[in-house]
Amino acid sequence: MSGITPITMPKWGLTMEEGTVVKWAVKAGDLISQEQELVDIETTKLANVYESPVDGTLRRIVAAEGEVVPVGALIAVVAGNDVADEEIDAFIAESNRDVVRVAAGPVPETIALPGGQVTYLKVGPEDGEPVVFVHGFGADHKGWVLNQSAISESHPTFALDLPGHGASYKRAEDLSASALAEALLSFLNKLDLKNVHLVGHSLGAAVAALAAASSGSNVKTLTLIAPAGLGSKINGPFFDGFIVETRAKKLRPIIEMLVSDPGIISADMVEDVLKFKRLDGAQEALTAVRAANFPGSEQTVSIGPAIEALKIPILVILGAEDKVIPPFQTKELLSANVVEVPGAGHIPHLEKASDVNQRIQAHFGS
Amino acid sequence: MPRKSYRQAINEALRQEMERDPSVILMGEDVSGGTGAPGEQDAWGGPFGVTKGLYTKFGPDRVLDTHIAEVSYIGAAVGAAATGLRPVADLMYVDFIGTCLDQLMNQAAKFRYMFGGKATTPLVVRTSYGVGGNGAAQHSQALYPILTHIPGLKVVLPSSPYEAKGLMIQAIRDNDPVIFFENRALYDTMGEVPDEPYSIPFGQANVLKEGDDVTIVAFGRMVSFALTAAESVQKLGISCTVVDPRTTSPLDVETILETVAETGRLVVVDEATPRCSMATDIVSLVSTNGFATLKAAPKIVSAPHSPVPFSTALEPLYLPSVEKIEAAILAVLDKAPINNAA
Repeated sequence: MSGITPITMPKWGLTMEEGTVVKWAVKAGDLISQEQELVDIETTKLANVYESPVDGTLRRIVAAEGEVVPVGALIAVVAGNDVADEEIDAFIAESNRDVVRVAAGPVPETIALPGGQVTYLKVGPEDGEPVVFVHGFGADHKGWVLNQSAISESHPTFALDLPGHGASYKRAEDLSASALAEALLSFLNKLDLKNVHLVGHSLGAAVAALAAASSGSNVKTLTLIAPAGLGSKINGPFFDGFIVETRAKKLRPIIEMLVSDPGIISADMVEDVLKFKRLDGAQEALTAVRAANFPGSEQTVSIGPAIEALKIPILVILGAEDKVIPPFQTKELLSANVVEVPGAGHIPHLEKASDVNQRIQAHFGS
Repeated sequence: MPRKSYRQAINEALRQEMERDPSVILMGEDVSGGTGAPGEQDAWGGPFGVTKGLYTKFGPDRVLDTHIAEVSYIGAAVGAAATGLRPVADLMYVDFIGTCLDQLMNQAAKFRYMFGGKATTPLVVRTSYGVGGNGAAQHSQALYPILTHIPGLKVVLPSSPYEAKGLMIQAIRDNDPVIFFENRALYDTMGEVPDEPYSIPFGQANVLKEGDDVTIVAFGRMVSFALTAAESVQKLGISCTVVDPRTTSPLDVETILETVAETGRLVVVDEATPRCSMATDIVSLVSTNGFATLKAAPKIVSAPHSPVPFSTALEPLYLPSVEKIEAAILAVLDKAPINNAA
């Protein structure tokens, strides 16, 4: 290829591996001279201006502002005006052949609610009836990892971190299920979500039920997985351990109470819980949420009346081997649409994800 | 979770604590960078870029460039801590500790004890250490054993960006003098670091990997070397536990003894020289307290008892390497070393 000069990400210092293109000082078509400032580049160590190594016409900018590019990769092309556009295209294609540009997956976003900043992950198409996932005590939006991706193939999905959890605001006067339900409703309003399908787990199911009860006609269906608030008993020692333990070795057996098969609890899962608990305010929030909803071994949260009053389709999914909230007491209180999943404990949407995903999908159509 | 570099993680910890607590100040050589020079202030943020942006945000009352006399400004930091501030002082290279050791060893470390609990010295001394870049004899040492030896000081060796932020926040909040060892080779390493502030308690080792055959205890930069070696020997059917003590003082002896009891074999990886080192200390603790649990003599992978060479050919031979760790794992299992045909 004649007369084409690649402009590549420079290597500044011995350890630089990649740089971020911050701002271009020139545009395609500009005549540039050697040492002219071309682009602001930032690395983890410094920010500086990259000067042109050559004279010529800047024919194409390849790396956009904000892009992170490995050292040596193409960021722009300089060539004489006699070089055809097709040749430049070919040059760029050839240069990119060995570079795998990985598209970034969806990243969590934040939104300001009356109580503070709330983090959520949005996955899926723009159109369609939205599905909102509400996690349980001590968890966050990542607990839906096996469900959100499946459901997002056909619906826009939103998984939020409830106040007191994940990366959302930790300090609040009131962290009872009703207060959390109000926060959930503000979340739906702020994002202008209509005809919502709510899917909640454990405490999150209670929150979803209470929110549905005061949302008028905006919630179309309700799915409650191992819900709290339907019965009085709850596994107090589980919550004691969850709150108190700060070492992986001691926390692991507590986390294993959540499932039927302890083999699915990975070291990373336990570490994720520890990392959450280390965040400023997290320990206080967990203690407050527990005290407000299930002090000791008693559930003070109650969603029976809310369920009775709701006219929308409700599906309840229980794990047959749930050690945290005994399934029998939930079954006793509800007549309609209760499914018990064998071989699953308190988090059937994790342990038997595809089964639960199918049931949820079918329920949306009800 | 957002990915940040080790240096960004420390910068964030400093910034968030300075936002939260007005008594936290920074002081050291060039921590603001370019003071008194014409043009933009805070071009640098120290020679390793760790304090970048903090002078601009907090101003000269909280970020102080000091003169090149460690005895004087480290002493001033000790005094400031004893009289109500929470200084984070920067000892640019731990090799310079000799010039200010009395301030730390005889003053800061002893105040609480000698004044019957009436004095606290909430000081953090950040310092850099480690082999690399041809730093040679006077700019490559890993002198954490010397500080660990002194009761009254706490000594921290963060091994990753996540660890660095959490341990720095803990160090600033701790009411005792803390020496925070940053391995220069780790500054550009990346990892997932939460945006929110969080703290990691001292004296709690992190068990990064669990296995049945060998327990590897490693510090600082050596933790990632140990993990690489552990993953590599997995192909030979050997499973290793990797323990990062995080702090050498206080030391989580309980976790070390427990994890060695599970495997019966110990390899300690330490970048520092071996006489009176953390490696020898841990082997001693395990041998005296857990002798019955050992199936083989413990192995140490460390630097030799020598200054760090300047020669580009010799410097990498000086440092413990993944290959040397693999060889130690095989040796403690009484397996023959692997000889590559090439």
